[in-house]
Amino acid sequence: MTTRTRPQARRDVAIVAFAQTRHVRDSAALSEVEMLMPVLHEVLDQVGLTAGEIGFTCSGSCDYLAGRAFSFTMALDGVGAWPPISESHVETDGAWALYEAWVKLLTGEADTALVYSYGKSSPGRLRDVLTRQLDPYYLAPLWPDSVALAALQAQALIDAGDTDEAALAAVAGRNRTAAVANPYAQEPGDRPQGEYVVRPLRRGDCPPVGDGAAAVVLAAGDTARRLCERPAWIRGMDHRIEAHALGVRDLTDSPSTRLAAERAGAFEAPVDTAELHAPFTSQEVVLRKALGLGDDVAVNPSGGPLAANPVMAAGLIRLGEAAARIHRGASRRALAHATSGPCLQQNLVAVLEGEDR
Amino acid sequence: MSAVHGKEPVAVVGVGQTHHTSARHDVSIAGLVREAAHRALVDASMTWADVDAVVIGKAPDFFEGVMMPELYLADALGAVGKPVMRVHTAGSVGGSTALVATSLVAARVHRTVLTLAFEKQSESNAMWGLSLPVPFQQPLLAGAGGFFAPHVRAYMRRTGAPDTVGALVAYKDRRNALRNPYAHLHEKDITLEKVRSSPMLWDPIRYSETCPSSDGACAMVLTDEAGGRRAPGPVAWVHGGAMRSEPTMFAGKDFVSPRAGRDCAADVYRQAGITDPRRQIDAVEMYVPFSWYEPMWLENLGFAQEGEGWKLTESGVTELDGDLPVNPSGGVLSTNPIGASGMIRFAEAALQVRGTAGGHQVDGARLALGHAYGGGSQFFAMWVVGSGHPGE
Repeated sequence: MTTRTRPQARRDVAIVAFAQTRHVRDSAALSEVEMLMPVLHEVLDQVGLTAGEIGFTCSGSCDYLAGRAFSFTMALDGVGAWPPISESHVETDGAWALYEAWVKLLTGEADTALVYSYGKSSPGRLRDVLTRQLDPYYLAPLWPDSVALAALQAQALIDAGDTDEAALAAVAGRNRTAAVANPYAQEPGDRPQGEYVVRPLRRGDCPPVGDGAAAVVLAAGDTARRLCERPAWIRGMDHRIEAHALGVRDLTDSPSTRLAAERAGAFEAPVDTAELHAPFTSQEVVLRKALGLGDDVAVNPSGGPLAANPVMAAGLIRLGEAAARIHRGASRRALAHATSGPCLQQNLVAVLEGEDR
Repeated sequence: MSAVHGKEPVAVVGVGQTHHTSARHDVSIAGLVREAAHRALVDASMTWADVDAVVIGKAPDFFEGVMMPELYLADALGAVGKPVMRVHTAGSVGGSTALVATSLVAARVHRTVLTLAFEKQSESNAMWGLSLPVPFQQPLLAGAGGFFAPHVRAYMRRTGAPDTVGALVAYKDRRNALRNPYAHLHEKDITLEKVRSSPMLWDPIRYSETCPSSDGACAMVLTDEAGGRRAPGPVAWVHGGAMRSEPTMFAGKDFVSPRAGRDCAADVYRQAGITDPRRQIDAVEMYVPFSWYEPMWLENLGFAQEGEGWKLTESGVTELDGDLPVNPSGGVLSTNPIGASGMIRFAEAALQVRGTAGGHQVDGARLALGHAYGGGSQFFAMWVVGSGHPGE
């Protein structure tokens, strides 16, 4: 995969605030707006801004989770877009909303951006819902679900000698043990791997299904320095997509992640932290390989998606968690990753850095 | 704060669209988008290899019954190994998608971006896809017409416009469409009387004053200053672009002339150095899904004083040979692949200033406005394109 892209002579933009819900299996008592509102207030409070003072607003969500068209308009009502605001929306994980907002700030048309995303998986059966994002003519009619497709990938990894069931169990244990320190995690603490869901994936290899929301604030240059003691500067960000048909992909590798990381400058210096959007244990194996992450890197210190995986927000949360680690001085240079589509079809990589003053 | 080196000028060097119709049974969704993308690349004298990134938009996924179809379309869009972004901002999405693509070039993230929007309404049923189940919406509010008709009525009451104006818009746009080979409706025997006597759907909106349901796609190739300067064909330069959103409903909302629309227009005019849009803009492609929205948007966009928009329509100013042609392509009233409708407005504006609009070309058009709106008259996206470089 090669492409012509401009050298990154860029305006400095940073993540200056991050907030998320306490992710739960079922938030039936709350609408999407009610779930999101406290997070929006919290993230804006962190920087002392109101929605009206933000230069650009961008969100990520999915009508197929909400079960209704234009579901994002209800969330916008909650933002309080009055007087009218400069605003956009992506129909995918909020990590791509953050990307759109980052580009907007790079143009110089805005100095601050509010990015949010949310997803409630509880109203439907997520495994069935996600089959609707497959090729509508050849794949979707067969209803191959997300766990079954991930299991194909896991088996391919095992067959290639890249992992085994014990190693996958260790991934699950490490992530959920780390999540004990994360008050927002839905499934903290190591637990038995349990029965096979789809062989070779056991219950412990799969993410919890749940509802949640997240928000970040971006700011450029001196504005970022004013709003945040230790901004998480976005040194580079890129995303790439692979072919949709699983049969033409090598599921044991993620060339799109590697290329995005390369374009984002991830390989120019070592990172100390990586927040990976790997909902299945086997996908962490793929991503570690694609990114060349060694054992000296703290991978998913938040517990990652194996501890909380609110679909459409889980990728944005990776960026937020990596940034928060920089904000509190626990990381100097971190990689954040987000994914979309079956078996890691589309991948985004951001490199974040703190600067010592 | 200004950008480090200012924004990169953005040029539209390729435009492509499908022949729009009620049901494109001859192609899959992938075939439909590829048709438009291929035409845009040919128009730009480019190949797939010249494209650095793809930005795709469409209206709700329920309109085809495919969740996040950009994943499945990666191959058809030649995007494997490239960035793909998916935008969804309701009916304004075609415009918003073009603006997100513009930002990628303006920010110097990419040199050349393919942007595309589509809808294949025949795969599902858009009217019911828009009709939310109770209790999210009151019963019997079927489709967009039911939502917008009361606001048309409010406009008529507020301005005292005679009830004959809507039919004039439909009659004009349907005749303009006869000059546009890509338009969905080609009503060769259209008469004003036929429009006036068509069945009443959502009082005061008659059948012939309503947009069709279309399958279709539209694509554009955007590139940077160097690309624009060396383009072998005519170029449309982006002089300004903006989006504005406001809540769906709140006390004090003006559905007839939403503030988000006025603010968005003011922002775009400021960027483009336009102080008198009526005099300075040569052609307008505005999002008019129901006839009366032409006079309503003429006021909202600053082409007429409040209460005066219908007079421009009635006096023929907005006709193809008038001094402010509106929707020379035939507009949304003649072609409505919902998610693509906004991008078609943007693309048709570009065709006008490139001088490549063919049978519906406005003579000497140098500056044109593309306009899209969506949701409950709450999402707006606009751009101004010109035949001249914005810095000159």
